Amino acid sequence: MSELGAERFAELHIDHVRRAFGDHVALRDMDLTIKGGEFVALLGPSGCGKSTALNCLAGLLPLTGGAIFLDGKRIDQLPPERRGFGMVFQNYALFPHMSVRRNIGFGLSMRKVPRTERIRRVAEALRLVQLEAHAHKFPAQLSGGQQQRVAIARAIVLEPRLVLMDEPLSNLDAALRLEMRTEIRRLHQTLGLTTVYVTHDQEEALALADRLVVLREGEVQQVGSPEEVYAHPANRYVAGFMGYRNMIPVAVHAAHGDSVTVRADGLELVGANRDDLPAGHDAVAAVRPEDFSVAGADVENTIPATVEIVEYHGREQVVEARLSGGLALHVRTTSRLAPGDEVRLAVPPERVLVFAAEGSS
Amino acid sequence: MTATLERPQGTVEKPALRHRLAERGVDRVLLLLVPGVLFVAVLFVYPVFYGLQLSFQPKDGGGPLANYQKFFSDSYLFDTIWLTLRLALPAALINVLASIPIAYRMRGRFRGKRLLTTILVVPITLGTVLTAEGLIEYLGPVGWFNKVLLWLHLTDTPLRLVNNYWGVLFSLIITGFPFAFLLTLSYLSGIDPSLEQAAATLGADWRHRFTRITLPLLAPGLAITFCLTFVLAFSVFPSAYLVGLPQGATRVISIAAYESAFRDFDFPLGSAIAMIMAVVMLAVIGLVLAWRSTLYRGATGGKG
Repeated sequence: MSELGAERFAELHIDHVRRAFGDHVALRDMDLTIKGGEFVALLGPSGCGKSTALNCLAGLLPLTGGAIFLDGKRIDQLPPERRGFGMVFQNYALFPHMSVRRNIGFGLSMRKVPRTERIRRVAEALRLVQLEAHAHKFPAQLSGGQQQRVAIARAIVLEPRLVLMDEPLSNLDAALRLEMRTEIRRLHQTLGLTTVYVTHDQEEALALADRLVVLREGEVQQVGSPEEVYAHPANRYVAGFMGYRNMIPVAVHAAHGDSVTVRADGLELVGANRDDLPAGHDAVAAVRPEDFSVAGADVENTIPATVEIVEYHGREQVVEARLSGGLALHVRTTSRLAPGDEVRLAVPPERVLVFAAEGSS
Repeated sequence: MTATLERPQGTVEKPALRHRLAERGVDRVLLLLVPGVLFVAVLFVYPVFYGLQLSFQPKDGGGPLANYQKFFSDSYLFDTIWLTLRLALPAALINVLASIPIAYRMRGRFRGKRLLTTILVVPITLGTVLTAEGLIEYLGPVGWFNKVLLWLHLTDTPLRLVNNYWGVLFSLIITGFPFAFLLTLSYLSGIDPSLEQAAATLGADWRHRFTRITLPLLAPGLAITFCLTFVLAFSVFPSAYLVGLPQGATRVISIAAYESAFRDFDFPLGSAIAMIMAVVMLAVIGLVLAWRSTLYRGATGGKG
């Protein structure tokens, strides 16, 4: 295993990087420092600039502004072939006219690694991704998951300083995706390769990364550990992306320090004032479906509602409940409910995040 | 598109004949092929077989193969094969080779691409006569090209570039290039650009990216492009007259066939020459396709 150990760097500094396509700014002033050995996920919906950022790092896209430094040395003007980064493409980009072995060995032969060493390293990479039996096959003869493994092996066999992965799991079916996710994390832990991973799947990012970078319309929204981003989303947008499915439009009724009381037609909630909003301000109360519970009558912070739609999810049910004012709430609960049930939904005040409403912050 | 799950009553035992035929791809859509098949039969298959049998009925008698014996024993006729190949092979090769870098540069989107493509493709629409006229104006003894050469004192006497081998070669390149370029461009566009990007991140400079990735994937398409431009060039006729030396260096095989059939009114000999012409073309194409069959010919879309 140690043969494929990465040549470490201390830090990669992305310094106010900007990329525009004509009038459209795909990446705005991105500033990020990645430490050697770290697994960083760039997270956001399509069009948020995460792939642009990755291509800028790889050298496949020139920057419109800013710079990239690797241990203080400027690298953003180097062509991709001289950066020594490995990249796993979304569509794998395997060379269709080469066998698995030659695909994996391509980078080594480009770097003029002697033949005997090349054979040894390819064999080791094949073993690492468990494809020894398929070495002679061509990409078209492999399944999606196997192609994915070849793409990963081809990138890591070079012991790159940095591995870039562009939504590598998005073309796989659900079961395989989970399996490969574990595989990628395992490779990262064994080899210690510094990795930048682009994805639109928050679950994938939370599961894999040491640090998350949430992007929106080319701008970094939040940088933090999975726990930080999951539990303390920086703004309404990040909250929405991290699974706060209920975004209830409310008005601030009273604010006392961190605590805030908000009201809407048919509900009154106490929550955490994340944007220091004064009374009278328009706001959004963000609540995860799983933070609601079906409660008795005398618990605080409850909302009366009528169950409308019930989805069966095994241990849990996903329920859409209607408030008297017409708002719909999404609730995940182990209680067994049926359409038409009258319930009281309770939520702890610290799990209600109150953000400024769109356009008013 | 959607299959009907309920069969009409009464046909429960066995699927209807129509369905069984449809399973094998036989349905009414096939009728659309009829005009095409008729067209090919009337305008291609019939003339070929008519010509073939005519070539075995020599005008002056002497056995069914007399026309072929005559062709191969008369160097004035026989040499036309060599003279034509000498024009068509380099012309096709130059067209294919020239189209590669230009098509390579013209992948992707950029400002003015449409205009540039139009300029590159316009020679198709000009026709041979206009091209020939242009060549004579430009490359002739008193044309601009020679005037410039004389003015720069690069030469003392005008270079002879038309009414000989070179004139016809230039003409073939000008008229054949657009075809080669369009074909190569479409083959190149079919190669996933992320393959080259992947090669770049693996340390390949542009030279290696081209020779190791693009060229191997493009080669089968280049073989087809070569065949098509070769066929166009091999049947050269008007420019061999207009900018060539039709009784000398550019007495191509189609001139020999034309003269036999329409000057000497020896249709059987003309047919025999046409048959020989077809065989030579098929031989060259066969060689190129045999080489092509040794190449990787699968998908080039990246996902394998």
